[in-house]
Amino acid sequence: MSMIVDHINYIYARDTENPVYALKDICLTIPDGQFIGVIGHTGSGKSTLMQHLNGLLKASTGSIYFNGEDIYDKGYDLKKLRTRVGLVFQYPEHQLFAETVFADVCYGPKNLKLEKQEVELRAYDALRKVGFPEELFFTSPFDLSGGQKRRAAIAGVLAMRPEILILDEPTAGLDPKGRDEILDQIKKLQTKENMTIILVSHSMEDVAEYVDRIVVMNDGEVFLDNTPKEVFGHYKELEKIGLAAPQVTYIMNGLYERGIPVSTEATTISEAADEIMRVFNKSNN
Amino acid sequence: MRRVIFKMDIIRTKDVVYEYIRRDDEGEVVGITTAVDHVSLSVQQGDFIAILGHNGSGKSTLAKHFNAILLPEEGSVWVDGKLTSEEDKLWDIRQSAGMVFQNPDNQIIAQVVEEDVGFGPENMGVPTEEIWRRVEKSLKDVGMYEYRKASPNKLSGGQKQRISIAGVLAMKPKCIILDEPTAMLDPKGRREVIEAVTELNKKEGVTVILITHYMEEVVGADKVFVMDGGKVVMQGTPRQVFSLVEDLKALRLDVPQVTLLAWELKKRGLELPEGILTKEELTESLAEAYGR
Repeated sequence: MSMIVDHINYIYARDTENPVYALKDICLTIPDGQFIGVIGHTGSGKSTLMQHLNGLLKASTGSIYFNGEDIYDKGYDLKKLRTRVGLVFQYPEHQLFAETVFADVCYGPKNLKLEKQEVELRAYDALRKVGFPEELFFTSPFDLSGGQKRRAAIAGVLAMRPEILILDEPTAGLDPKGRDEILDQIKKLQTKENMTIILVSHSMEDVAEYVDRIVVMNDGEVFLDNTPKEVFGHYKELEKIGLAAPQVTYIMNGLYERGIPVSTEATTISEAADEIMRVFNKSNN
Repeated sequence: MRRVIFKMDIIRTKDVVYEYIRRDDEGEVVGITTAVDHVSLSVQQGDFIAILGHNGSGKSTLAKHFNAILLPEEGSVWVDGKLTSEEDKLWDIRQSAGMVFQNPDNQIIAQVVEEDVGFGPENMGVPTEEIWRRVEKSLKDVGMYEYRKASPNKLSGGQKQRISIAGVLAMKPKCIILDEPTAMLDPKGRREVIEAVTELNKKEGVTVILITHYMEEVVGADKVFVMDGGKVVMQGTPRQVFSLVEDLKALRLDVPQVTLLAWELKKRGLELPEGILTKEELTESLAEAYGR
């Protein structure tokens, strides 16, 4: 059970003299239960790639296999694919429309023609999983705070019970606490439900903190695909393509250059604190 | 008399109150949210000011009072000595204090960069030659002059946002208010925008009021205001404010990663000074503690 992206290209203006490759020969294996971060500058092809994973865009050449089946096969049920691979767009709260939060979250499963009881069970379950406060289930989505709206919108996709959840910048515009709360809830979906999570983000710090693996996109190609430690070790190359490393990476490299023998691998605050303390305690003994 | 007294203040608010009233379908009032609750503050000409606060703390609502998009329900706001509630001063005020918003795509209207930047002064009735001079200067100030003939929709988010800033600059404001200008940008775009704004402040003496959720962007500010529940609950230099790690966390905020790491190391027993803000400060302090 997994997704395999096999040499896909997505080409604009294909039949002209100047075809534009929005995606160029992308190969990825997405195993079950992994938390993957996707980073890349604006226009690097991240969102285009995400829209291929749930069949909203069709590759010009190449194949995508989901649970062993080629999604471009004749007769493949793309509608079903879209329920299994849930995509939360940027600013998803702009798509809230129903009179109450609960009704909004019910909309997806209702369209799957499920029993009313099952629909409501799923909506309840999805709202609970994103930590949405129960006393607000039946208020209008328009009376909510930014963070609450964002959660309600994510619950709408979760209610479809996807196997893979793709989130395009789910924390843009949220305050630091709201950002941490939403990412913590998403992390729980991975650890408790074994859901595969793909997080598109511009925050290197968030990516370093939460993901198992980072895919770096540049000019429609996969530039790097590895663990956060490995990827951020290449911070100078990342800067050349409009990205950066988490602040911690710069601090650790600065310390090392200043003659403090720390390993520069740390990418999160707690890893950095552990490493600095290790070196200081060693020198005291 | 007031004008004389507050001559150095580009923006001054006194007991400003603004409420959002929620109504049901019949128009009955179902709730009142006090978004800005008796705020009095002043911003001096040439300062770089940051406003922090969680979502819903009232910072954007307050900022909209700084160029008369909103008028206070109680209290007063003066922009460059002019009271915002005086209707005939509206255009003067908007010219003194320009605003840049979060989403660059909603702020760019023309098909060519230089036309977009010239739109503001053209509307003000500035003579054509002067418009072109201002367009050139503004685009150079934000480092986008080489893109003057480009189509805005071919630009990156950071570039578009700098075009928005140039558009405000072309009106020769004394003060620029930026409401989360980097929220939608990638790391490079964020850096470009903050560098451009810092330059304007340092070189041109434009007053900058920056609202942001990225604590790193605030480190270079002259003064930070922290809002909660519509009130200003903390104010001071970045060093003073970011020393209060636990208080900020209680307000759903954060401190820069460097400050957080220093705080964590202090908790674990290392002797470091309070309120470390930059990578350089942390490196030097640690090197000293390590005996290097």
